[in-house]
Amino acid sequence: MTEVAVRTADRRQARVPGLTDPVVMVYLALAGVTALGFITVEARGGDFLTLTNVVGILHNSVVLGLVALGQTAAILTGSLDLSVAYLISICTLVAAETMNGQDSRVLPAMLVVLGMSATVGLINGIVITKLQVNAFIATLGVAFILRGYIEDNYTGPAGKVPVSFQHLGYDRIGPIPVSAFVLAGATVALWLVLRRTRLGYHMYAVGGDEQIARLSGVRTHRVKIAAHVLCSLSAGVAGLILASRLGAGAPWAGTEARYDLESIAAVVLGGTVLAGGRGGVAGTLGGVLILAVLDSVFNQLGVDPFFKNVVRGAVIIAAVALYARRGQRAGDNT
Amino acid sequence: MALLTMTGISKSFFGVPVLADVDLSLAAGEVHAVVGENGAGKSTLMKVLAGVHAPDAGTIEIDGHPVTFGHPSRAQAAGVATIYQELTLLPERTVAENIFLGREPTRHGLIHRAAMDGRTAELLGELAEDSFGPRTPVRTLSVAQQQVVEIVKSLATDARILIMDEPTAALADHEVELLYALVRRLAERGLGILYVSHRLREVFDLSQQITVLKDGRLVTTLRTADTDVDQVVRAMVGRELSAYYPDRATPGEVGRPRLSVNGGRNAKLSGIDLELRAGEVVGVAGLQGSGRTSLARAMFGAGPFTAGEMRVDGAPLRPTAPRQAIHAGIALVTEDRKAEGLALRQTVRDNALLVARATRRKGIAVGDVLERVRLRARGHDQPVRYLSGGNQQKVVIAKWLGMRPKVLIFDEPTRGVDVGAKAAIHDLVRELARDGMAVLIISSELPELIGMSDRVLIMREGSIAGELPAGPSEEDIMRLATGGRTND
Repeated sequence: MTEVAVRTADRRQARVPGLTDPVVMVYLALAGVTALGFITVEARGGDFLTLTNVVGILHNSVVLGLVALGQTAAILTGSLDLSVAYLISICTLVAAETMNGQDSRVLPAMLVVLGMSATVGLINGIVITKLQVNAFIATLGVAFILRGYIEDNYTGPAGKVPVSFQHLGYDRIGPIPVSAFVLAGATVALWLVLRRTRLGYHMYAVGGDEQIARLSGVRTHRVKIAAHVLCSLSAGVAGLILASRLGAGAPWAGTEARYDLESIAAVVLGGTVLAGGRGGVAGTLGGVLILAVLDSVFNQLGVDPFFKNVVRGAVIIAAVALYARRGQRAGDNT
Repeated sequence: MALLTMTGISKSFFGVPVLADVDLSLAAGEVHAVVGENGAGKSTLMKVLAGVHAPDAGTIEIDGHPVTFGHPSRAQAAGVATIYQELTLLPERTVAENIFLGREPTRHGLIHRAAMDGRTAELLGELAEDSFGPRTPVRTLSVAQQQVVEIVKSLATDARILIMDEPTAALADHEVELLYALVRRLAERGLGILYVSHRLREVFDLSQQITVLKDGRLVTTLRTADTDVDQVVRAMVGRELSAYYPDRATPGEVGRPRLSVNGGRNAKLSGIDLELRAGEVVGVAGLQGSGRTSLARAMFGAGPFTAGEMRVDGAPLRPTAPRQAIHAGIALVTEDRKAEGLALRQTVRDNALLVARATRRKGIAVGDVLERVRLRARGHDQPVRYLSGGNQQKVVIAKWLGMRPKVLIFDEPTRGVDVGAKAAIHDLVRELARDGMAVLIISSELPELIGMSDRVLIMREGSIAGELPAGPSEEDIMRLATGGRTND
């Protein structure tokens, strides 16, 4: 019996990094979607893999990418954050109003925005852990509060960012947008946190099984709160980039693109389990890129929004169904 | 000086006293068994020591210094490690990541993976475990291997006091032997071990002292060498358990066949021929992995037969889903009560009515079925997870009575059930047979199987290797189960 189990274990081990690994699947899917896009666009006489287009895809992935990275942190601990969209809107408004067109106020404004985001994350985390409110409800509640503030105080764009700050959103180093470097930096930073720090290890543990983590001496509340602070900070950075691109603050900056649900979709598309404990940044980035490539293809083909949304929905459902099958097989013998 | 002294420990939950004024002391190098029926307070006492629950009153001293634990991490830091009844490993993480969870070594603020993997390999080496390594994902390990990881996890904390809560509950016999060796080696190293178990044979094999708890109070602490099983059982239940098993069926009580299988087979089973008769309790013995549970699941439609013929009360039936088997009158009490038998957060009432509602049986009174199983609980509206293991099992049985079953299959009917409740469940099983049901019992506990069964089927490698009449010897069963080789 033990011997049989051991042999099975060995085989399993050898198979783990194979084709059924979600990260591998995500990037295969990304390659597939790109190839399909290439064929259909070229067949219609368009040009898909041009430098402009690829750079455009990158440019469009940055904001969702940042939000989704943060969302990955929250989801890995078995939580999630529905307040990011309104937080982003507020961040653009606060950034633009604080800067008020003056170069000298760029740095203070950035600090204020990051401080504010961290506070919102702290509140989310504390409500979830200390008040024991389900994450869905807790962050939805915070989202309502933020929305109330926005709707009461703003009806349209407000504030103004100085030209110097707009470099962040639009400049390029070589062909690559500066903002893409911000995303790359955030990706590497979160990857380091998850793979090389105790906080990251504990995030996986809390998401895997909170009780087990607690019994092993992990301070689970702190870990969850930290994950929410990371999540809100990412949303804050996303808000700064949006403010830089818009040149002003906008009450719809975060909600129009539905960064709350889009980011969750990108995370699960990237193979991170919504219940927590399994997944990572590589998959999330792949998920974001798949969504961006799909958007780019649809734009070039000029398909109607209905078809576009149907395909996006189908892709997400199909992906999660595939991962579930894989998870089931891995769990068969345990 | 004692390594550990607990004095006057008391603890209540929601006003219900669970522990009252319990004392316990443990010396270095000693294996100290803690026994008692379910609900006696063993687990709570261990959780107080592990820092999971704060005691309402009482003191804990380690090396004569008073300690208080507000969090499991504080207990760990003080040298108390716990191996819980349920494994506490994260399947998605590697062996090393699990072992060092909460105490990962760092260098320059980053995890020092080389040190982590190296130390893990070292500890595995000390226990002569080479079937897996530090980077193996835990989800690929067997239960026994996972237990080794649990033990290594506790060693890695430099624990001086090791709490083991029912460590053998999920192990096969030969794995239990390995665990014994491990426990002894740990004690030789000077660890003090608190060993909580239902299995008195283990307790007598391993321990030097036995503490008996009953209803949250300390009954007595005995030196193992000066006592015997009977004395300990008496202390646990407060009565003699002479008539341990109910009478077997008389020939007149065994009636018509209720379920038969001819040539049943599937991926895990082959050549299954059996007949279960009304009024009869049939036991199924076999080593772990011999197909006992597969057989139960096949008859229940959860892992169906792919060939062969099955009949219930003479009518052909080939269930491919549990729902079909249930509608035909087959009930399965699974071995994993908490995961497969009960909705733990729901009330006793809702659980007891689960099957009746699913099969739309009318006129089942919840009071009747719960009285039938003689449930002892304060009302039917409390969540079933607050009941003891024995009472939970009674609720599972009540649940099935709600559809008036023809065939009742029990997989490990008394797993995680204390001695007193065991006898009650055995009586109940026999009564149900007398009512005309056909009963099949799968059990790893040979005394139970021998005591309960009117005949015993022995499985080996997915087939039925033989059948023995009432009252077979353990030797005969083992010979058939292992394939004729004699036990050494």
